[in-house]
Amino acid sequence: MQEIQKARLPQLWEYLAKKAPLYLPQQEDGVINFAPWQEGARVKLESLNTVLPPKSIVFPQWETYLHFTQKARELKLTPTKEPEGSYILFGVRPCDVAGITVLDRVFLQDPVDVFYESRRRCTIISLACNEPDISCFCSAFGLEPGFAPAADIMLWDGDKFLLWQSLTEKGETLTHSLTDLLEVPTPAETESVQCLRETAATVQEQKWGLDGVKERAKDMFNAPIWDSLYRRCLGCGICTYLCPTCHCFDIGDFSRGERGERFRCWDSCMYKDFTLMASGENPRPTQKERVRQRFMHKLSYFPAQHGLYGCVGCGRCVRKCPVNIDITQVIKEAGGSISCA
Amino acid sequence: MLKHPLFPQVAVVERISRETADIKTFSVAALKGGVPFNFMPGQCAMLSVPAVGEALFSITSAPAQADFLEFSIKKTGAVTDCLHGIEEGCQIAIRGPYGNGFPVAQLKGRDLLFIGGGIGLAPLRSLINYCLVHRGDYGNIHIVYGARSAADLMQRKELYENWPASPATSVYLTVDTGQEGWDGHVGFVPQYVEELGFSPQNSIALTCGPPIMIKYVLAGLERLGFQPEQIHTTLEMRMKCGVGKCGRCNIGGKYVCRNGPVFNFAELKKLPAEY
Repeated sequence: MQEIQKARLPQLWEYLAKKAPLYLPQQEDGVINFAPWQEGARVKLESLNTVLPPKSIVFPQWETYLHFTQKARELKLTPTKEPEGSYILFGVRPCDVAGITVLDRVFLQDPVDVFYESRRRCTIISLACNEPDISCFCSAFGLEPGFAPAADIMLWDGDKFLLWQSLTEKGETLTHSLTDLLEVPTPAETESVQCLRETAATVQEQKWGLDGVKERAKDMFNAPIWDSLYRRCLGCGICTYLCPTCHCFDIGDFSRGERGERFRCWDSCMYKDFTLMASGENPRPTQKERVRQRFMHKLSYFPAQHGLYGCVGCGRCVRKCPVNIDITQVIKEAGGSISCA
Repeated sequence: MLKHPLFPQVAVVERISRETADIKTFSVAALKGGVPFNFMPGQCAMLSVPAVGEALFSITSAPAQADFLEFSIKKTGAVTDCLHGIEEGCQIAIRGPYGNGFPVAQLKGRDLLFIGGGIGLAPLRSLINYCLVHRGDYGNIHIVYGARSAADLMQRKELYENWPASPATSVYLTVDTGQEGWDGHVGFVPQYVEELGFSPQNSIALTCGPPIMIKYVLAGLERLGFQPEQIHTTLEMRMKCGVGKCGRCNIGGKYVCRNGPVFNFAELKKLPAEY
């Protein structure tokens, strides 16, 4: 374990940004989101969740993967060069790291999405939560607010310093290159990590437990909640755009004259067109089926396919839904027990 | 350079034949000639007309039957409208094969009952012709096929000549509404199947058609004594990626593009009724 004084962080970021593009939470127009570091950046580590998860850095909202030229009857296809993956994500909260783990299951399963794989060569430096927000519930899904097992480097906030622990070889290599900036913590400081982890976990565990969802998953499809919940859903899709695990996408073509490109962009199961077929058939014809799909996918279908929940409890959809649709309420009413003290 | 998994190959539409007023069959070959890829009956491919978009179609030709792939396509939306407008010799893009295909090994030694409606004959045709090539491996073959009207029956040469001429193979045709010149059966496919009263003994039923037809066919076959495991159907959903990532063609925890499109009725019964 090592540590870095907070006063030396700007020096660290400057150094890291020279090695590779560095993304970290920054405030712009009062909103905190991940953005590339530059001198004078208004870095805001103390905020818990950024408004948007860092999902778009590994899975961009819009991405071209081929160019085409069509002349008379002839068609030429040119692949787009795969993206650069040697960047650094700094200050990612454990729930958002877990969100990337969920995306991994989708994009790294056969056939491997090589663009995503390339971006995943990034280094993730996670910052533990000392005190999770009231709208956070990561522990409900077996995650720990004070630790991100899938990160390369884990940081804990010790007030005047950040405790620093590399978790992977990649993290270790980066750590070795920072000997000028890192220091050896006192035994008391090292021990405080355990305390921070436990406190963060306790703060949440007093509130959240998740039982009965796995067992009830099949019956949940016919739960009465779906008959009423959807009535207030506007179908705006904000829940899916803010979600660190939502990965549904559309494919489209853009062209001008003979030339054009094919792109992939985020899509949302909240939209009618998402499943509407050319014949006019729609297997999810009303907002009821769409709302049910979103929750069932996270709580039942994704676990059945991949062995982990498709929700990481970051709370963004709860905070930002304009009509207060709340996944924790859904879990309770669908027959699971998720308790709030 | 690493290629994106959704990157297609260029292919040539070698031949286009009109089946009905709104269905054409396209023969598609690789740029260098030959099939763009190998496949099994029931599998699909993503065809695209750049600047218009992609859509998934079942491959209607049988494996190893020709040096091209055939697609029977009904003019229904943006991509199919455009495909219906192209000429022979045009280049399009193709990727695949996708999906599980029919369980051909399980069908060996069984009597086969094919039940198709409208454009739903397309995936069944691949398997029918595959079985006729390996005729000795299968028992009796019954093909029930219906369309809105006599003019909407596709693959007429095979329906009237090739298939009935094969050993122990019978074809039963029906149309939703009769008209002058049609002296065959009039009525919907599900009822016709029940009227014909096929025996479930050592049989496997394979069906594809409009969702409403499939629903009634499944119920009718159960009344005839078919066990859910003896019935296979191939489903359609809106798809974008074809590889289980874009997230829209799932029925419960199964993706139609990846875990299907062929499901047996026993599997379907375990899934939410959202298809």
